[in-house]
Order: sequence, then structure tokens, then C-alpha cells
Amino acid sequence: MLDKPETETLEIFIMGKKYEVPRGLTIMKAMEYSGYQYIRGVGCRGGFCGACSTIYRLEGDYKLHTDLACQTTVQDGMYLTQLPFTPAGRKQYDLEELEISNNPLLDLYPELARCVSCNTCTKTCPQDLEVMDFVNEAIRGNVKEVAELSFDCIQCGLCAARCPAEIPHHHVGQLARRIYGRYQAPESEHLKERVEEINNGVFDDELEELVNLPEEELRERYENREIES
Amino acid sequence: MRDIAYYPGCSLKEAAKSFEDSALKVSEEMGVNLKELSRWNCCGTVYSLTDDNLMKQLGPIRNLIRARDEGSDELYTLCSMCDNTLKRANSLVRGEEDKRDKINNFMDQENDYEGSVEVHHYLELLRDDLGWGEVRDRVVNPLEGLNVAPYYGCMLTRPKEIGLDDPHDPTVFDELVESLGGTPVDFPYETECCGSYNTVDNEEMVLNKTQTITAGAKKSGADVIITACPLCHFNLDSRQSDLLEVAPNHKPVPVIYFTQLMAIAFGYPEVNKFAEHAIDPREVLELKTKAGSER
Repeated sequence: MLDKPETETLEIFIMGKKYEVPRGLTIMKAMEYSGYQYIRGVGCRGGFCGACSTIYRLEGDYKLHTDLACQTTVQDGMYLTQLPFTPAGRKQYDLEELEISNNPLLDLYPELARCVSCNTCTKTCPQDLEVMDFVNEAIRGNVKEVAELSFDCIQCGLCAARCPAEIPHHHVGQLARRIYGRYQAPESEHLKERVEEINNGVFDDELEELVNLPEEELRERYENREIES
Repeated sequence: MRDIAYYPGCSLKEAAKSFEDSALKVSEEMGVNLKELSRWNCCGTVYSLTDDNLMKQLGPIRNLIRARDEGSDELYTLCSMCDNTLKRANSLVRGEEDKRDKINNFMDQENDYEGSVEVHHYLELLRDDLGWGEVRDRVVNPLEGLNVAPYYGCMLTRPKEIGLDDPHDPTVFDELVESLGGTPVDFPYETECCGSYNTVDNEEMVLNKTQTITAGAKKSGADVIITACPLCHFNLDSRQSDLLEVAPNHKPVPVIYFTQLMAIAFGYPEVNKFAEHAIDPREVLELKTKAGSER
């Protein structure tokens, strides 16, 4: 018989107050373990939604680290705080009405031109995107390149919080992806056909059937559904 | 084909696209491939004279680091503003140890930069590396009878520590024009400032500068003015058409990039896209050169 291993704990500091938490927890779970309840600054808990921006420092190190609280495990001597929201300015626009000039990104976000290429945004990005490079592509009006370089952005806004030039990088990237998708990317034929099918009611009967199923049977169908493993 | 590391700068991808297109074409003719850095950022546009804010030096220095990391000890530019900013930032790194240390400490995820990359303007490639003979050998349409005003502006030659030619009496453009079979005209405003960024908020001042420079070139008998600077080009070309609205008696002179002039002489006028110029150079070029401005 093996002895049940003792749970190893480590010391963290949440907003300056010391807590002892089990090793192996994510920052998010460690905070909950310590008695904090998330009301904002939490979402999918799977690293996709970008809601749980976190900022921390390790004891004895000058570096300020940024990450997602749901994706980062706690380390001994971590000084933690959560950033529930980044107040970065997002411009109002109607994509259908947007005037596509030589550089629509710079038109809506003239603060882009304040970039001095310090690279803080790139160092900050929890998705490891080349943020400064897409800002530079945005300054040059290269919408497609901005859309591609920012494709994996989850809009956490940490770049904007750290930027000395106060650029809202994540909003610029999102605008570029929208313009690219609406005006520049080749139209996807199969998507167009599928949207037509939906509009023509091809799937209405099946949906109607599911909606009207008793819960028991719905559960059974869900459990026995065909799914790729 | 020989590869040389090339830094385009933002303007050459937008407003001055025909500067880049013509340079790429004429380089290819001379067996040189301008190999663009795989990633680059804004050069900083204007060299910062603020002594206590080194943030403004990060942009140009980062480009030199990128060139170094891509294995280049030389980096070539076309835009004279980029050339000036990159060269001066490089001088700062080489000459001021305390600032270099501070910058390297700030850029703590990059390998330290000590100034190992040599920045050159494309005109230095022509004059000092390929030589005027190489240029002359590619000319199929000599610019006989074409009077060209060489407009150097500020950035190519000043300050003299980084300038590529004599700041008071530069000759590199003159030598280029002669190699292409044209005639450089002596022109008193060849190193006069065009007004630069004042064009944004002091249009009147820039209109005055434009009038002085272009009328001076005309008076010296110029058919066309050449430049290496997208901002000089904007001020002398676009602002010259604005000038015509307030000074209808002004006799316009077209302003083109020196690489566009080379493209005409080398027999590739179609890369020039002269229709995009505010003062259309096609008529005078067609009149004066055999092959015309566009095929």
C-alpha cells in the first residue's frame, strides 16, 4: 500500500495578502481556493475568451508578467492581481457604411502613429502574437497582414493596458479582421450555400423536432450521438 | 543575382510605391536583389533630438537589430528620411556608451546591439559599390537633351557626420544623371529644405518653399526635378499643384524619384505609374526622351 502523498503547498500573495495554496492550481483556482469569488474577469476557463487577464510578479524579479488566470499555474512567491477590464477606446463604426480609404485603420485609430516600436505589447501578449509587428502593418495600411497576424487575438486587452503610446491594439486587430472578412477575403462558396439553405428552412423541421423532445429523450440522443473521438 | 538587405520604410509601401517598384526593377537589371527584411517597423521618421527620452530611438535601433539577426552587416535604404534616422540612431549606439547600455537594458529580450550594421543609401550602392560604369552599361534609352534638376533636400547630406556627400555641394545626383545620358542643371536650391512636416499645419510656408524651389529649377532650365525623399516629393509635387490654384502663373516642373529616371533610361518606363503624380511628368518626358515615359 502506498501512502497517500501529502499535498504540497506553496505561498502566494493576492493583492498583497499572503495565502497558502496547493501546488498545481491555476491562478484562477488558487484565488477561488483562497476565498475570492469571480464576478467579472472570468469566462470560458479554457483559455479562449480572454476575460481573465492577470498580472503578476515573482519574488526577487523586477519583471511584470502578464497572462490568463485560467491558463497559468501558481508558483511560489507569486504576487497576483486580476485585471477585470481594460478601458481601451473602441471606435463606433458600421462595417457596411465604413469608408475604405487607403488606411481605414489609421483613420479610425490615429493613435497608431504614436507607436515607437518599444515592443512592450508583444512581450505582454499571452497568446504570443507579434503585436508590435501588426501595429506597424496597420500604420502602413496593410489590412490583410494585420488580420492574419492578429488572428489568434482573444481581446484580453493586456497589450493596451501596458502600451506607453496608449494604442488599443486588440480593437485595431479586430477592425482589420472585420474589414478583411467583409471586403477583401474571397467569399467562401460553401458558407454562402449553407446560409441559403438555413434561410430557406432546410433545417427547420429537424430543429423543431429537437426543441419539442422531452428532456429524457434529448439526453439519450445526446449521449448516443455520433462524435469524432 | 546578388542579395542585399533592404529596409523599405512605410512610405515606400504606400504613397511612394512607384519609388520602390522602379528601384526593384532597375536593381534587378544590374544583378542586385533588394531583399526586404522579413519583418521591420517604422524607422522613427524623424531622428529624435530629445536627449533624455530614449524611447524614440528604439524604433530605428530595432530595425538594425532585425537586420543583424537576419545575418546582414549592411542594410540599404531608399527613403532619405529613413536613411537619415537609421544612420543617426546607429551613430548614437556607436558613440554614446551610456545611452547604448540603457537601450540594451530596456530591450532585455533582444541580443545587445553595439552598432555592427552599416547603413547605406541606395545612391551609395550605385556610386561606391556598383559604380557609374555599371549604370551606364544598362542604359538603352539615353536621356539626351533632358535637363534634370538634382534636388538633394536635407536628409541625404546633413548632418555631415552621416551625410553621403558634401553637404554644401553634393554631386551624386549629378553623376547619376550624367551616367544616364542626361544633363544635370546647376540649381541654387538643391539643398534647400522643402518645409518637411510643416506641410501638415503650415501649408502656406510649404507653398512658399515649393514655389522657390520649383521656380528656381525652372529658371535654371530644368525639365524635371529628381528626389530621393517621399516627403520632399509630396511637398514639391502635390503642394505644387495646390500652388497652381493660388499662383496660376507658376510654371510647373514635374518631380520624380531618381529611380524612375533610371527606369526610363533602362527601358522600363511602365513601372513608373506617372499618372499618379500631381504634376504629370509624361508630356515633358515624351517630348524629351526617345522612348517616352510609358510604353
